[in-house]
Amino acid sequence: MKLSREEVLRIAMLARLGLSEEEVERFKEQLSHILDSFEILQKVDTTDVPPTTQPIPLSNVLRRDEVADSLTLGEVLANAPQKQDEFIKVRAVLGET
Amino acid sequence: MNSTIDIDKLTIHEAHEKLKNRDLSSVELTRACLERIEHVEPVVRAMVTISAELALCQAEEADRRIASGESGSLTGVPVLVKDNICTRGIRTTCSSKMLENFVPPYDATVVEKMKDQKAVVIGKSNMDEFAMGSSTENSSLFPTRNPWDLERVPGGSSGGSAVGVTAGEAIYALGSDTGGSIRQPAGFCNVVGMRPTYGMVSRYGLVAFASSLDQIGPLTKDVTDCALVMNVIAGHDLRDSTSVPRSVPDYTKCLVPGLRGFRIGVPKEYFVEGMQPEVAEAIRKAAVKLEDLGAEIDWEVSLPYTPYALAAYYVIAPSEASANLARYDGVKYGFSYADTASMWEALEKTREYGFGPEVKRRIMLGTYALSAGYYDAWYLKAQKVRTLIRREFDQAFTEYDALITPTSPTVPFKIGDKVDDPLQMYLSDVCTLPINIAGIPAISTPAGFVNDLPVGMQIIGKPFSEETIMRIAYAFNEVTDWHKRRPILKDQGASCG
Repeated sequence: MKLSREEVLRIAMLARLGLSEEEVERFKEQLSHILDSFEILQKVDTTDVPPTTQPIPLSNVLRRDEVADSLTLGEVLANAPQKQDEFIKVRAVLGET
Repeated sequence: MNSTIDIDKLTIHEAHEKLKNRDLSSVELTRACLERIEHVEPVVRAMVTISAELALCQAEEADRRIASGESGSLTGVPVLVKDNICTRGIRTTCSSKMLENFVPPYDATVVEKMKDQKAVVIGKSNMDEFAMGSSTENSSLFPTRNPWDLERVPGGSSGGSAVGVTAGEAIYALGSDTGGSIRQPAGFCNVVGMRPTYGMVSRYGLVAFASSLDQIGPLTKDVTDCALVMNVIAGHDLRDSTSVPRSVPDYTKCLVPGLRGFRIGVPKEYFVEGMQPEVAEAIRKAAVKLEDLGAEIDWEVSLPYTPYALAAYYVIAPSEASANLARYDGVKYGFSYADTASMWEALEKTREYGFGPEVKRRIMLGTYALSAGYYDAWYLKAQKVRTLIRREFDQAFTEYDALITPTSPTVPFKIGDKVDDPLQMYLSDVCTLPINIAGIPAISTPAGFVNDLPVGMQIIGKPFSEETIMRIAYAFNEVTDWHKRRPILKDQGASCG
């Protein structure tokens, strides 16, 4: 399993993760090496084996829909990098590709 | 008063007695910890935040609670909380640039429960960034040193919590364990560390790394303390939908000496290639001790899927991480790259500068495993292997009460030794991560020394058998006393002894 430079850039784009030129090269080598060693998974016969998504399965977890205290607006906004009045300020989305 | 307290040896139950009998106040105990922190912290660097003022405030409240005669076992006792567990009003960084200035507006459920008892939060402990790592070297803030040998790592990712306990900066600590992050540093620092069954302790307020594997648990000086902490933090929580609706026993009740009637297995696959022979030997000796205590030991247990656990784990954990860490977009909280008008550029640069190398590596790995065309071959395959590993443990526990293994294949390694080789670093969790895959509980307890460095024994049980594994660890410690050894921080001279 040898990842190409283009594949590394594609994965980074999917994750919206900026990488330096040096990181692209390093990850190309390291991820290829790591994935190589994980190839052993393909040796396991998993015919008719269901996947595990949760180790201690619970289903249909419900709770009463009761009114309770929640965070104040000030608390919710306290960590926002940019805000205006009662809003979190974001950059323009329209026109972006 | 302070000079007479050996903070690094004092347990929760001893502190509780002293507080209850008014031999000591919580303010005095908290001051003693803060003094100790002043001495040792420049050397070990286990703490991201020291919350001295708040702690003293909480200590005063605790003293009032004690005066009213209503103290619980954790009342007034200083605790160190891993920096990925949210503490209202105290910065919670995950040792990441991304959250360097994040101050949570709420407490994690475990913190809330401890505060109900008037526990004293003395500070937040250093960790591998977002709990990704096995040495605390991946902290974006600074590395933590192992008090047993300052040139070596304390393990990780809860390295700061383990060091804080063994060096006496706090009486006990909370950590989180996604692949061994409580047990491995506990083993490396000679303290007791338990990862409870998945769902037994609420994850509400724990910054998510890999949601199907993460679990909060205690790091303590002995098993009694472990039980006392579990009594408070365990239990169902409506705010965590994976939290299991089960009643919480009094975990101290199970702590009785002797192991007659116990069947304990030693799975041979855990004695892996590359394991330090002295570590394997220490665990075999420990097993003989358990035999002396009346347990029946089966030395030939086989769990054939074990060699696939590492690969399955490092597909599943990064996949979940890549999804969980998508929330760091520089908009709602955390680091935000400001120097552009472009939304996409801001997002990508925020993540480029906010995350460190290991976090990026895992986001890349996880994104790859989840991406179209690779999902079935990697992620789905790993989840199927996960089922086989779970079944294998289920099967073993029809015959055995518990399994024992080394906690790590080696003693603590040198700082810098594995930072350039991610696979070598991943291998240091080879004995602990199958437990997270299966969602079962395991405890690491001190089990000997090799060249003056601690060796941990891992005791694994079936789901919700915390009482069984704690009892085995307790019985073992009763007759060995390895857990009572504390490091001498040589650089600090006699003042810290």
